[in-house]
Amino acid sequence: MAMMELMKAVYPVEAADYTSAGSASADIKRRLKKLGITGDVLRRVAVASYEVELNLVIHSLGGELDLVVYPEYVQLVSSDRGPGIPDLSLAMREGWSTANDEARSLGFGAGMGLPNMKRNADEFDIQSTVGVGTNITMRFRLA
Amino acid sequence: MTIQDMVRVLNAHVLLGEDKLSTPVYTACCSDLMSDVLAFVDEKTVLITGLTNPHVVRTSEMLDLKCLVFVRGKVPNEEILESAAEQDLVVITTKATAFTACGLLYQEGLRGVPVPLEWDSED
Ligand SMILES: Nc1ncnc2c1ncn2[C@@H]1O[C@H](COP(=O)(O)OP(=O)(O)OP(=O)(O)O)[C@@H](O)[C@H]1O
Ligand SMILES: [Mg+2]
Repeated sequence: MAMMELMKAVYPVEAADYTSAGSASADIKRRLKKLGITGDVLRRVAVASYEVELNLVIHSLGGELDLVVYPEYVQLVSSDRGPGIPDLSLAMREGWSTANDEARSLGFGAGMGLPNMKRNADEFDIQSTVGVGTNITMRFRLA
Repeated sequence: MTIQDMVRVLNAHVLLGEDKLSTPVYTACCSDLMSDVLAFVDEKTVLITGLTNPHVVRTSEMLDLKCLVFVRGKVPNEEILESAAEQDLVVITTKATAFTACGLLYQEGLRGVPVPLEWDSED
């Protein structure tokens, strides 16, 4: 039997929409809080979802965030329509960034996002195909 | 110290949260790189920054920060202040540069968010 889903939400994220960037993560944080998730787990999900959402806005051609809450863990999946990441080990390195000037002027482009996600999630998986897209799955254990 | 003490030391103007100035503060961080802040901050602290865009407030929301300090007299627009108000953030602005603001606060006893000074073997 499939595990019970306590909550489920899908957030489309537009490329280069810097104004509303972060609104999905803000909503995710609010909803999780309402479910009674607090403290360290809530903060880790919030940080990772903000980083992954901003990456969709800054680097991708558009995509979505899928949130599912199970009794045992929170699952956040990011999937986009490209352009894909040519060298994943380089992208995962702290300090590596291809962010443009607009993103940098807003305080992004430190090359810390992916390492941040990996550090904050209990499980982190990234798959990317150039010309197809990038998929990131993160899980955060509840208690 | 309290946020009220920060206001005094920095000769700051309070833009938001006049009713929360008695909140105690122990640590602060200073950065214009939001991912950097998201990387090392794991407590309810103070952010000193020269950036006044919506992402500073969003970052504060993700981390549950207590207080935002804008340096060089910067004041964010109404929309940004409104979203800060929704989160009960205290927002102040000082004429000091980032360096001077940090120095003044350090001198008064405020400390950085603790990070180890040791290098990892792979650094
Ligand atoms: N969804 C994505 N699609 C395409 N490329 C991506 C995507 N996410 C990340 N990248 C690539 O990986 C690099 C590293 O990403 P990371 O989030 O670590 O840093 P950043 O976004 O450049 O800067 P920061 O996150 O510190 O603001 C990016 O600069 C970009 O080249
Ligand atoms: Mg990033």
